[in-house]
Amino acid sequence: MQFAQVTDQMEPAQIYQKEEIAQKQNNLIEFQDITKIYGKGQAAMRALDRINLSIRQGEFVAMMGPSGSGKSTCLNILGCIDTATQGTYRFEGVQVENLSRDHRAMLRRHFLGFIFQGFNLLNRTSALENVELPLIYRKMPAKLRREKAMEALSAVGLEKWACHTPSELSGGQQQRVAIARAIVGNPRILLADEPTGNLDSVRSTEIMEMLLEFNRQDSITIVMVTHEPEMAVYADRQIHFQDGRIITDSQNDHMITDSQKGASL
Amino acid sequence: MMLWETYLLAQRTILRNVLRSSLTILGIVIGVAAVITMVTLGSGATAKVTSDISELGSNLLHIRPGQGMRGPGGARSRADDFTIEDATAIKNSVAGLKAVAPISDASSQAIYGSANWATSVTGATNAFLTVQGWQVADGRAFSDGELKAGKGVCLLGNTVRKELFGNESPIGKAMRLGKISFKVIGTLKEKGQSNFGNDQDDIVIIPLRTLQRRMAGNSDVRTIIVSVNDGVSTEVVSSDIEALLRERRGIKSGQDDDFHVRNMKELIDTLTGTTTVMTALLSAVAGVSLLVGGIGIMNIMMVSVTERTREIGTRLAIGALEREVLMQFLVESVVLASFGGLIGIAIGLCAAAIGAQLIGVPFVFRPGIVAAAFFFSGAVGVTFGYFPAKKAAHLDPIEALRYE
Ligand SMILES: Nc1ncnc2c1ncn2[C@@H]1O[C@H](COP(=O)(O)OP(=O)(O)O)[C@@H](O)[C@H]1O
Ligand SMILES: [Mg+2]
Repeated sequence: MQFAQVTDQMEPAQIYQKEEIAQKQNNLIEFQDITKIYGKGQAAMRALDRINLSIRQGEFVAMMGPSGSGKSTCLNILGCIDTATQGTYRFEGVQVENLSRDHRAMLRRHFLGFIFQGFNLLNRTSALENVELPLIYRKMPAKLRREKAMEALSAVGLEKWACHTPSELSGGQQQRVAIARAIVGNPRILLADEPTGNLDSVRSTEIMEMLLEFNRQDSITIVMVTHEPEMAVYADRQIHFQDGRIITDSQNDHMITDSQKGASL
Repeated sequence: MMLWETYLLAQRTILRNVLRSSLTILGIVIGVAAVITMVTLGSGATAKVTSDISELGSNLLHIRPGQGMRGPGGARSRADDFTIEDATAIKNSVAGLKAVAPISDASSQAIYGSANWATSVTGATNAFLTVQGWQVADGRAFSDGELKAGKGVCLLGNTVRKELFGNESPIGKAMRLGKISFKVIGTLKEKGQSNFGNDQDDIVIIPLRTLQRRMAGNSDVRTIIVSVNDGVSTEVVSSDIEALLRERRGIKSGQDDDFHVRNMKELIDTLTGTTTVMTALLSAVAGVSLLVGGIGIMNIMMVSVTERTREIGTRLAIGALEREVLMQFLVESVVLASFGGLIGIAIGLCAAAIGAQLIGVPFVFRPGIVAAAFFFSGAVGVTFGYFPAKKAAHLDPIEALRYE
């Protein structure tokens, strides 16, 4: 399988030379009737039920809803690590269902950053090396890679902890390493599954400020799953899930958001 | 991921758990060490046998009646012995010969005074002294007259001399072989034990004609030993002799020889053939242990893939391709196995060096075998690492991430 030489300036559609270049769209992400069914027959479980959703470049979206409502499933499909049972998903106009497993991996490698629920850092591997990981798969030369990883670590305030392994770091620090790893490749879109799930409110606020800064200054699109309303207010837009469906999809009133943020600081 | 990066990663993963890695490669280490030790000692033994036999004289041909190494009975018992004329004919019509020594032998009781010693008596000419490298210590060799007339004179090997005469000088003394009286005209320089363990000095040499007439009562020649000039092919000489003797013995074409010409090279081949077969058998056993070692690696790699499911999930989610994950695990098992191979080679060479000292054979370093053992252990890594690596590469990222 041959891939085109990929640069950060490239459009995803250009990676797949065989794909017809889709018409340029405003939407970074477009879900049409996305359905995810787990299991078969009697045991079949509809985790997502005909979801329609568009996310524009630069948006900061919070996905909310009770446990088991399908938020993580939706995020995993967005992140191309899971595939929908039915429906179409276009990423910058490229229809993801038509891509091979390796093509989807290339999409993740070059355009997506993932902050997993529960960090998923590599054990017994230093923070710096964890952050370097996406760059290794991008075949970046070792020296440049190290520099970029250090930059990302300082962006999350961990430059002093570069050589420590995850087991030597606190939960908040581990989460920040995970964030550094997600943003080090300068992705189009950052996907975060409950990034503040295991953290106290002070640490959570720090993390949210950090995400907000990436969104505002580096114009990285962010989709974040959370069940905490205090975190959701940082987003521009809140989507509520229930039983695999979207029940509300609303823009945040930024006047209110900003004052609330001021209060929480 | 670039290969070098993959290698470094594999090395780090392996060194992270030294004890486990060591146990994993133990099978390979033992297998390779066994192969190296066996082959090196086997080569040493072969080299020793070859050089021992060459010392005997690699340019000698032994011609005997009968069909060579075919065991008792058969043609040998019916075949006629040679005659002096056969030896003369060979000497006159085959080119490239240094000496032709017709001999016959018998066992006899050597008696001097009250001393009594059972020994073997060889009836020969002075050519026998040449081809067997006997040197006269005291006295002299046979004269032409003594040989022609079949006189009662003898040369004593060192063992016989000691047994019969002790410190006394035997030259000119009269002794008996059985009932026949002989005068001692010379003694032979000591040769010591042969490479096959028999005492070469336990010998009395008398003129061939004397043995034929007075002891055997016939004119037979049991063996003709021929020594070939340096640089002359023993194969050519041996086929010349065969042709000549077939003609003289009236063997029709299509019939088998009723005699055989054996050269030392054949003997070397026979003996080294035995050590080669032994080496091959032992190496096969060692090879099996190498295979078992491979299964050990596969076993641990399977465990390792299961343990690192989340890591694999993370890598896949970050954008690793299937083949990159495959490579990561394959390289890991190849590095493990090759490392085991290197340790095995080192241990094997040390063991072979010590073993060579103990059993008294030279230490023969065979780079080809060492290289082959190394590559074979690498190949074991590839073969037995492939299945676990494939398993890792085929994991579904989402399931791998969720794995507890
Ligand atoms: N691998 C799976 N197999 C079967 N059911 C699953 C699987 N993953 C998720 N589900 C089910 O799908 C539903 C949605 O799950 P999820 O998206 O994880 O919810 P959330 O993240 O909102 O808590 C849940 O009912 C869950 O039990
Ligand atoms: Mg969830």
